[in-house]
Amino acid sequence: MSAKSLVSISDYSKEQILRILELAAGFEACPNQRILEGKVAATLFFEPSTRTRLSFETAVNRLGGKVIGFSDAATSSSTKGETLKDTIKMVSNYADIIIMRHYLEGAARYASQVTDVPIVNAGDGANQHPSQTLLDLYSIHKTQGRLEGLNIVLVGDLKYGRTVHSLLMAMKHFPSTFYFVAPEELAMPSEYKQFCRDNGIDWHETTVFSQEIINQADIIYMTRVQKERFTDLVEYERVKNAFILRNNMLDNSRDNLRILHPLPRVNEIAQDVDDNPKAYYFQQARNGLYVRQAIISSLLDLV
Amino acid sequence: MADKSEMQVKALKNGTVIDHIPSDKLFKVVSILKLDKIDSEVTIGNNLSSRLMGRKGIIKIADRYFEEDEINRIALIAPKAKINTIRDYEVVEKKVIELPEEISGLVRCVNPKCITNNEPMEPCYRVVGRSPLTLKCRYCEHTMSQEEIKLL
Ligand SMILES: [Zn+2]
Repeated sequence: MSAKSLVSISDYSKEQILRILELAAGFEACPNQRILEGKVAATLFFEPSTRTRLSFETAVNRLGGKVIGFSDAATSSSTKGETLKDTIKMVSNYADIIIMRHYLEGAARYASQVTDVPIVNAGDGANQHPSQTLLDLYSIHKTQGRLEGLNIVLVGDLKYGRTVHSLLMAMKHFPSTFYFVAPEELAMPSEYKQFCRDNGIDWHETTVFSQEIINQADIIYMTRVQKERFTDLVEYERVKNAFILRNNMLDNSRDNLRILHPLPRVNEIAQDVDDNPKAYYFQQARNGLYVRQAIISSLLDLV
Repeated sequence: MADKSEMQVKALKNGTVIDHIPSDKLFKVVSILKLDKIDSEVTIGNNLSSRLMGRKGIIKIADRYFEEDEINRIALIAPKAKINTIRDYEVVEKKVIELPEEISGLVRCVNPKCITNNEPMEPCYRVVGRSPLTLKCRYCEHTMSQEEIKLL
């Protein structure tokens, strides 16, 4: 069993999170460092995710490492009925670190138990995607200069949105005030509200994406409201335009406000927001590169 | 006041008596403890009348003692079971079952997209609540309430 893997954001202590953010800042200042020279990283994408895979592979390449792997299950041996365990054991013979995405939940945890090679979870079904959470934290810290004492507004699908759940879990170390803005059908699940209560996280809930909330926000974290999440399509039609951010809604917002989104976006952030200096989602995605460089090099004890 | 089952307990020279097993779970206990695969003498009584539980099952195993981890595996199905250790016809120790912090195997994860339902592997859960019983899958991190817990 590998002692050093990143499967879930809750595997990391506050100190470990801060260390990753600090390392990432170093990689942002100097993204090309040949510290992975002679190392091989495997990217095993049992479920395709071009965006995440390119980010990880760029991270390895910019550090001078080599990448092997596959980008969807159709080209891997799992379609021939090979177990995950066998695939991981086989790849462990070749790679120094395994970055994996899988459609089954818990796949990365299991993988970390069957090999001594560090595993980075790049998403396991609806469960965890810790590098996304770390890049969100990095983006908040970079734009606000701190992680604590902020007004953070989460908007959209808070029921199924894995990224907002993981962000909450990580923010237990950094007391801030959260505003959950979602249609009733996609409200923040009660277990996460309980998590907030248990960990002293201050939160408020509303179904109205109001000007008042926007005007006092430091961070607005937008997520997609997807039609297929609704059991009641009439309800979807009623709310689909109520959780869209438009540029004129930002007129009286704070100067330090930044808009985040895990991407890809559909229409929940209007195109006219893109040119507003408060739009931060493209830089946020870019920060993913530095955070992933930090994760990989720290798991391999190279920094 | 020595009733029949008490006398049967005494009749064992060395070994273990598991008492107060729910009648409908008796054979599940046999299989969890793999008593169908051992060579020593096993005596099973079922549907015995019990003041406490109406009907109960009892298992006597000769020359066999159980580690705590081992016996606690039946906690999910026989939480009220009593474990009597017998040496030279005497009950030398009485133990109650304790729900362990972690449960391996036994339970199917409620989440069909969980790796444990799709790989030849043993599931594993953390006990995050005792009453009501709540388990959290070590892998997919779903929590399961008492009603959702299905034995494998
Ligand atoms: Zn599970």
